[in-house]
Amino acid sequence: MNPRARLWLVVLGGGGLAALLVAACLRLPAFGGPWHPYGDRAVRAALARHIANTIASVNFDQRAFDTMGEMTILFAAVLGCVVLLRQARDEHRDPPEPCEVAAPVRRYALVVLPIALVTGLYVIAHGQLSPGGGFQGGVVAATALHLMYLGADYAALERIRPVEAFEIGDALSASAYLVLGFAGVLAGGAFLANTLLPYGTFNTLSSGGTVPLLNAAIGMEVASAVVVLLARFLDQAVEIEEGSGS
Amino acid sequence: MADAVVVVALLAVAGLATAAVANRDPARQALVLAVLGTALAVLFTVLQAPDVGLSQLAVGSALTPLLIMLSVRKVRRRSAHGKDSKQ
Repeated sequence: MNPRARLWLVVLGGGGLAALLVAACLRLPAFGGPWHPYGDRAVRAALARHIANTIASVNFDQRAFDTMGEMTILFAAVLGCVVLLRQARDEHRDPPEPCEVAAPVRRYALVVLPIALVTGLYVIAHGQLSPGGGFQGGVVAATALHLMYLGADYAALERIRPVEAFEIGDALSASAYLVLGFAGVLAGGAFLANTLLPYGTFNTLSSGGTVPLLNAAIGMEVASAVVVLLARFLDQAVEIEEGSGS
Repeated sequence: MADAVVVVALLAVAGLATAAVANRDPARQALVLAVLGTALAVLFTVLQAPDVGLSQLAVGSALTPLLIMLSVRKVRRRSAHGKDSKQ
């Protein structure tokens, strides 16, 4: 295909997509209106199962199967990264030299690290009560650990973050989600149906049946996945060199 | 009042997104992307979607720029290494 025909194809495809998007947007209900058919039903279903955060109810109860798909996507993506970014036969590991960190940077990183880590765990734990949840909190907790690399050096980061443990944690939490789903089947309900546990008192940590458990599994999965992903990228950027041995 | 905040957030997102595209240096692009992520998080929050805002804040302003920076570092180290071995 010559460049001219390719350009025409792009213009045609892009123009068509833009026209369809504009047509779709023009038919959307106005922003901030009183008519919310989906929202009303979702809130009613969330309240019936004592879940304070309707979004968590949608993610881990009404559409728990979709969330399993998203978790599988992340798991597969991280698995792909681990395979692609492994140490090849013509590469060797060259541990980086420790270097001086400016004192303000070190102080900032070491003060913020525990705060950020606790914030991430808080966001995971309160997923069914307030905005946030396993995914958001997991990313916050996992990136918080990497402040150690800013505040100290690579060796210190590797000491507080054993990658093998996080790889096992990733697989364990992904299977925990599946096991919770099959527990619903064994109890006589449907896969991932939230009929297994009592719904508890509204707006407490243990409310919502299986929602806090699924949320915790996702939190652990995302945190481990992000740690493993960043570890592979860091290995490539800092440690792995071309050429077989020096 | 709320509409004004939405308009400001939308303009900030549009401006920063254009800046991210116009910037040709990947390392700087990653920094602009981090600021863009924060602006998007503000936009989602004023549009009453704090859950999505939190995801955007964590992924868009911390994780993605970090991955880009690490990739840039690897590529630069590799090309520097290649030049050394040729000399």
